[in-house]
Amino acid sequence: MIIKCPYCGPRDVIEFIYQGDATRSRPEPASNDMAAWNAYVYDRANPSGSHREYWLHSGGCRQHLVVTRDVSTHAISSVVFARDAAVAVKSGEPA
Amino acid sequence: MTSSRLSKGGRIDRSKSVRFTFDGKAYSGHTGDTLASALLANGITLFGRSFKYHRPRGVFAAGSDEPNALVTVLAGEVREPNVRATELEIHDGLVTQSQNRFPSLEHDFLAINQLAGPLFSAGFYYKTFMGPAIGPLRGTRFWMFCEKFIRRAAGLGKAGIAADPDRYERMNAFCDVLVVGSGPAGLIAAEAAASTGARVIIAEERPLAGGSLLASGELIDGRNPAVWAREKAAALAAMPNVRFLTRTSVWGYYDGNVLTAVEHVSDYKPNRTKGQPRQRHWVIRTGRTVLATGAFERPMVFPGNDCPGVMLADAARRYAIEYGVAPGNNVTLFTNNDSAYDAARTMSLAGVNITAIIDVRPDVSGTCRDIASVAGAELFLAHAVTATHAGKALSSITVQHFNAGTGRVSGAPRELKTDCLGVSGGWSPAIHLASQAGGKPDWDEDLQAFLPPEPNQNWVTTGSAAGYMDTISVLSDAATKGSAKSRLVLPPVEAPMLDASPAPVFEIEPSAKSQKAFVDFQHDVTADDIRLAYREGFHSVEHLKRYTTLGMATDQGKTSNVPGLAIMADVRGISIPEAGTTRFRPPFTPVSLGAIAGERYGDLRPHRLTPMHDWHLANSAKTYEAGLWHRPMIYASHGETVEQAYTREARAVRQSVGIVDVSTLGKIDIQGPDAAEFLDRVYTNMFSTLPVGKARYGLMLREDGVAFDDGTTWRLAETQFLMTTTTANAGPVMQHLEYYLDCIWPNLRVHLTSVTDVWAGSAVSGPKARAVLEACVTGTKVDNVTLPFMGIVHGKIGGIPVMICRLSFSGELAYEVYCGAGFGTKVWETLLVAGEPFDIMPYGLEALGTLRIEKGHVTGAEIDGRTTAHDLHLDWMLSKKKPYIGSAMIGREGLTDENRLSLVGLISMDNQSITGGSHIVTDPVPREPADSFGHVTAACYSPALGKYIALALVKHGTSMIGNRAFATDLLRDKHCPVEIVSHHMFDPEGSRMHG
Ligand SMILES: [Zn+2]
Repeated sequence: MIIKCPYCGPRDVIEFIYQGDATRSRPEPASNDMAAWNAYVYDRANPSGSHREYWLHSGGCRQHLVVTRDVSTHAISSVVFARDAAVAVKSGEPA
Repeated sequence: MTSSRLSKGGRIDRSKSVRFTFDGKAYSGHTGDTLASALLANGITLFGRSFKYHRPRGVFAAGSDEPNALVTVLAGEVREPNVRATELEIHDGLVTQSQNRFPSLEHDFLAINQLAGPLFSAGFYYKTFMGPAIGPLRGTRFWMFCEKFIRRAAGLGKAGIAADPDRYERMNAFCDVLVVGSGPAGLIAAEAAASTGARVIIAEERPLAGGSLLASGELIDGRNPAVWAREKAAALAAMPNVRFLTRTSVWGYYDGNVLTAVEHVSDYKPNRTKGQPRQRHWVIRTGRTVLATGAFERPMVFPGNDCPGVMLADAARRYAIEYGVAPGNNVTLFTNNDSAYDAARTMSLAGVNITAIIDVRPDVSGTCRDIASVAGAELFLAHAVTATHAGKALSSITVQHFNAGTGRVSGAPRELKTDCLGVSGGWSPAIHLASQAGGKPDWDEDLQAFLPPEPNQNWVTTGSAAGYMDTISVLSDAATKGSAKSRLVLPPVEAPMLDASPAPVFEIEPSAKSQKAFVDFQHDVTADDIRLAYREGFHSVEHLKRYTTLGMATDQGKTSNVPGLAIMADVRGISIPEAGTTRFRPPFTPVSLGAIAGERYGDLRPHRLTPMHDWHLANSAKTYEAGLWHRPMIYASHGETVEQAYTREARAVRQSVGIVDVSTLGKIDIQGPDAAEFLDRVYTNMFSTLPVGKARYGLMLREDGVAFDDGTTWRLAETQFLMTTTTANAGPVMQHLEYYLDCIWPNLRVHLTSVTDVWAGSAVSGPKARAVLEACVTGTKVDNVTLPFMGIVHGKIGGIPVMICRLSFSGELAYEVYCGAGFGTKVWETLLVAGEPFDIMPYGLEALGTLRIEKGHVTGAEIDGRTTAHDLHLDWMLSKKKPYIGSAMIGREGLTDENRLSLVGLISMDNQSITGGSHIVTDPVPREPADSFGHVTAACYSPALGKYIALALVKHGTSMIGNRAFATDLLRDKHCPVEIVSHHMFDPEGSRMHG
């Protein structure tokens, strides 16, 4: 699998570390909503088809990326910096 | 002698003789021969014994699809088993051996397995070796008892045990277009792609280009097709944008158009050029892949179809045309399609005597009839071979009338003398790589074969791999597939009008009492095995495959796949595409582990050494590995045990002063306007209130509330901190912090840099530590006012800038001295000189551990991914004023349950050592299983207390203090009475480090 890092260019998957589901959202730090915390920490949907995932380019620029990947074909449709994706989510725009 | 060398023809070099041995006998062949062609030329038709039944087997194919003729190649101590004789190029001094025979190929005792045929049918292992339900051989024990006998009786070649002395290389390559195969399709596709300027790699598994053209009877551009192919390949190889790899088998197709190949660089040579690897493993990343992998001819399934002398019709043709070997004196052909006629025509022209063609079809074209009559072959239409007669070589066959519509055999049998029967059951495109890449293959009714699936990556198939079976359409397809932009002028092709589409006949089944009819030759799977699997309920192709092992041998079912599916579809009364096919997996051909490993063998881990490592070794340190780091365990004095050494070192620290290398601690430079805010979020305690020039001990939790790591973090400036982590967690903590900054809090203006390797660290500990610093530090005072507990100063030692923080892991007055890594040894040595008047003692990890156990300080042994801050009595560090990572989850029931294990100290009551990992029990007698209520995390002899002590995680820990129990370790046969005490076993008030 090759991931096109927005900073480093196309690189082999061995340079990356999988960092989990990028669709979950962390509750506000002071939140007491245990159901929301529980969902954030434990619930993973394991969908077929397109999925948003965090990958850390540990052997490259050390940026976390949000990779949109079809988990049944491994086809990658988009790669963006996680920071940009997170900022976009916070400001209400689609990432 | 049946097979023999023809007087002329073939691409072998008849002027060069090559000497080799097979089963201890010397033979000679020519340069260009494979072991198979050379042995056939010497009249050898018996190549090996079969997997289960030890049946005599000959050569069946002429390439990588060979199921039978597997040999072991011997080179000194080294043996390489299961090499296909059809691909093995001979060279002077080659030593080969047949396989699975005892004591010899000619006289094989285990051929008696044939008589026990029913025993070895499908599912035999499963049924027989589950074993009786009771008794000494119950269940799998019976299998274990029988296994060694079965392994001897059934199998392929024996692997060697000598170390592989050869060198292998790995290579990464990048191209715009990778063309797999260099037959007519591959050559034209590569030419089309290369003509547009694309970077092209062509991989050919054989020693030379040409594929089917090497043995075809066609004319291309009015010339011999093999010559045309050779010139085309040479012209391509000469292009600057083309890399032509021969003897290179592409064996795996992975995501992202990554393909793997193995190149046989020198293993076909008698002498290797110095420095040449035996094989080279290629990882090829390509923009586009053109799969021009050709097609495999299929066998017909009929009684006795496995005896030596029966081979694929195209293989017989290739031996005649490519190697100048007549596969027999009287060759017969058995077919369900036209391609065998072309084989007859070309062989006949080469001087091979074709006596009969048996065709299941009731009628054939005029071209076919003409070929048969020109070749002088008797034509049996609507006939089938129903038996073979052979000892170790074929002598005759029985043919009978056959109705292709009903599959019924009838009429009087007729016996035909023949020593070689070429069979053709149609052609299967080599879709293996396409199948690996993904997708379900499409069934083609016309070809009675699976065509490649719709591409799901950037690849195309062309030529016969794509189902084009005549050279004219192959060439025009390949030109388009090579490049849509190419304007190649294609050469004219002269070939007879033949149609490779077969009649849908896969098996001839005259009666239940016939000879065995084989589908998978390499795994000895018969047509009856498939029917048996069906009767026993294994209907799906996936079940069929696993129950019968059909297609699971080293040839991966190249010849057996479709016939096997056809028979299963037939008994189920469904069509072949309804029965479906299994997905092919890598490798396409067997790959040696050496090639995959390349240069990566032996110790593959990097070794991390601290800047003072050489000093440690020069000063009698015994080191051990802690993760990747090599760290001093003790500094051994002559005659001391490890315990004596660390006791001496730890005692010196408590009595005067010691020095320890702490360079391995993880260090992260944290800078930015929001650095303090960031630390408040990741640590459980407050860091924004920490004054510049001070350090604080911090604790991190995971998001689920479990303790993660601890360490001190120093505030060097308003917006700059130096975080230290435990040695083991340096990487994970860095990753953890990066994750939160990138994914959760992107608005925090914080930058992280790993500086673990930038700083060398020495910890000076003991009552005389300050005196040591006073003797060598310049540029700053180090007294209690200037450098209070947790204070930081900057100064110089021996002229080298240093940063000193007063903090203590040992419980003594102690300082960590950091300097640039390059000056580590210089500063370390200067500290030693300054410490000489106080008998400063270097100490290792064992003493470091002893000092911390005495103090009850936790490390990774206690922060083990299961414990909470409460369990470790670190709840005083949990801020109530702010949220932090883990704060939301920490109060959950399971994490606050009073039955949780918590940290205590243990003191040995019988003056015996306590072993790490011991369980805490109340039973005074060691028993299995014991009712454990805790375990020992770390243990040592404490010189300060004069006792063996330990730290332990114990249920109801704090309320158990004062109780007695036993630390039991059944593995090491220890059962030690202990007293449970507070984990603060030494100087609980901390007066010493504050002094
Ligand atoms: Zn990158």
